[in-house]
Amino acid sequence: MSGALPTPEPSGLELERRRFRRRQTGRSVLVAAASTLVFAVVVWITLVNTPGWARVQSTFFDPAVAVEAWPRVFEGLLLNLAVLVFAAAGVLVVSIVLAILRTLRGPVFFPLRALAAAYTDLFRGLPLIIVLYVVGFGIPGLGFTDTRPPAAVLGTVALILTYSAYVSEVFRAGIEAVHPSQRLAARSLGLSHGQTMRLVVLPQAVRKVTPALMNDLVAMQKDVGLISVLGAVDAVRAAQIETAAAFNFTPYVLAGLLFVLIALPLIRLTDWYTARVRRREQMGALV
Amino acid sequence: MSEVLRLAAVRKSFGSRDVLRGIDLRVDEGEVVALIGASGSGKSTLLRVVNLLERVDDGQVFLRGQDISDPRVDADAVRARIGVVFQHFNLFPHLSVLDNVTLAARHVHRRRRETAEASALELLARIGLSDHARSYPDRLSGGQQQRVAIVRAIATDPDLLLLDEVTSALDPELVGEVLDLVRELAAAGTTIVMATHEMAFARDVADRVVFLDRGVVAEEGTPAEVFGTPREQRTREFLARVGGLGPPPSAERA
Ligand SMILES: Nc1ncnc2c1ncn2[C@@H]1O[C@H](COP(=O)(O)OP(=O)(O)OP(=O)(O)O)[C@@H](O)[C@H]1O
Ligand SMILES: [Mg+2]
Repeated sequence: MSGALPTPEPSGLELERRRFRRRQTGRSVLVAAASTLVFAVVVWITLVNTPGWARVQSTFFDPAVAVEAWPRVFEGLLLNLAVLVFAAAGVLVVSIVLAILRTLRGPVFFPLRALAAAYTDLFRGLPLIIVLYVVGFGIPGLGFTDTRPPAAVLGTVALILTYSAYVSEVFRAGIEAVHPSQRLAARSLGLSHGQTMRLVVLPQAVRKVTPALMNDLVAMQKDVGLISVLGAVDAVRAAQIETAAAFNFTPYVLAGLLFVLIALPLIRLTDWYTARVRRREQMGALV
Repeated sequence: MSEVLRLAAVRKSFGSRDVLRGIDLRVDEGEVVALIGASGSGKSTLLRVVNLLERVDDGQVFLRGQDISDPRVDADAVRARIGVVFQHFNLFPHLSVLDNVTLAARHVHRRRRETAEASALELLARIGLSDHARSYPDRLSGGQQQRVAIVRAIATDPDLLLLDEVTSALDPELVGEVLDLVRELAAAGTTIVMATHEMAFARDVADRVVFLDRGVVAEEGTPAEVFGTPREQRTREFLARVGGLGPPPSAERA
């Protein structure tokens, strides 16, 4: 926007300083790479020389079994992904509603506030596996529907119930971190309570908590594998079936690797975003 | 002169602390009223009462003849007719300058985006900040931020503009540009009630000065009356304390 001044040529002193910094950076990278390599080799050699290695290798890392199991495990993984997407969307909605309920002020809203608080306390305390069993076998037992809903759907519901409790706390922290004068400024413009929430408070809250949210998403993508206990044929369950057929644990390792592969981009994205937020907040700091 | 704002026997307390103890005040169209008084005398509370951010404990507040202290009035609609600028944290950091200025026009007054943006850009041009329309508030100096906040407050043509010490959080060299904008608005006929610690500015710009002390209007009159020949002993003491009882404005502006 401002007219750019021509950048002057750096002085000889500055050029020398830059050369020195580059040399030093290069040396640090070398040292780090070499020590990492040495460490990896030592671990590898130790592992390979353990007495049981040969047997472990053939029961956990058998390429032939992996190839055999691939189609089924991969198909299961697609189910995991679908469940992840639906569960994440559900969690987003439910947790924002819970967080807003918990931040309502005034005695009129006490019942809603208390209900939301009780919900989050309960579901943050309950192990996911128990929620899965209760939802997976309890809801069909109620007989709402003639046929039993698919296990994947029930699993998604259980995931939403549990994770919404955690994520709503994250949102609540974000909402409360927005300075109260922002609300005042919004209200004095004539915005209603709802508009203030939607246009002013939530956008700022979400920015503040995005790293934490992404962290929870990674945790959830992992826990999606637990829906196999309800009989949904996801990657874990498929691996179990293949393992039983081949008398070999390689399918589990394969499924595990695939889970990590899905998580990696999410994890990297989280790290990148967190670093960006931190850089913004500490502009100018060298240490 | 038609009446814009009237307070009748307004009372407000926080717990056992009586902050406003029967305030009567009338502000007419186009008038600029400066509220002065010691820290804690209730200036901000009075402005928040007018803007319905605080509920009165007794008495009435009228905006263009409508009793806005009546619980049946739509508080949001009343606030939409009053522009407010606080000491700081006015702008929304996640919105560009332009979006800050057009937020109320679009979402409260339901104007179309193009209409709202056109008039916002005009206002920004008037304060020399058109170049910053797409910038975010953190790229602006404190003085620029306050000027945007003022422009945002008047963007929807409110009946009344309330300013609560809009310069007291600023570095001294930024105060001038903000006061100049207020002076311009005053000259253009905006009805303004401002709480201020800038006595010289109050004397310069205000049509009327209201001195609050211990929850009541202790003295009010033209700047010449209140600053030049204060009737009350406590007004004289206050002015002596803040150094506002100086030579007449003409000599001071050298
Ligand atoms: N929300 C509140 N709860 C309790 N006490 C309050 C509240 N708001 C203001 N007060 C008290 O009311 C009194 C008047 O405050 P107010 O902010 O109106 O004063 P002021 O004249 O604006 O002062 P200053 O010049 O420092 O801004 C102060 O004693 C303050 O502590
Ligand atoms: Mg104040």
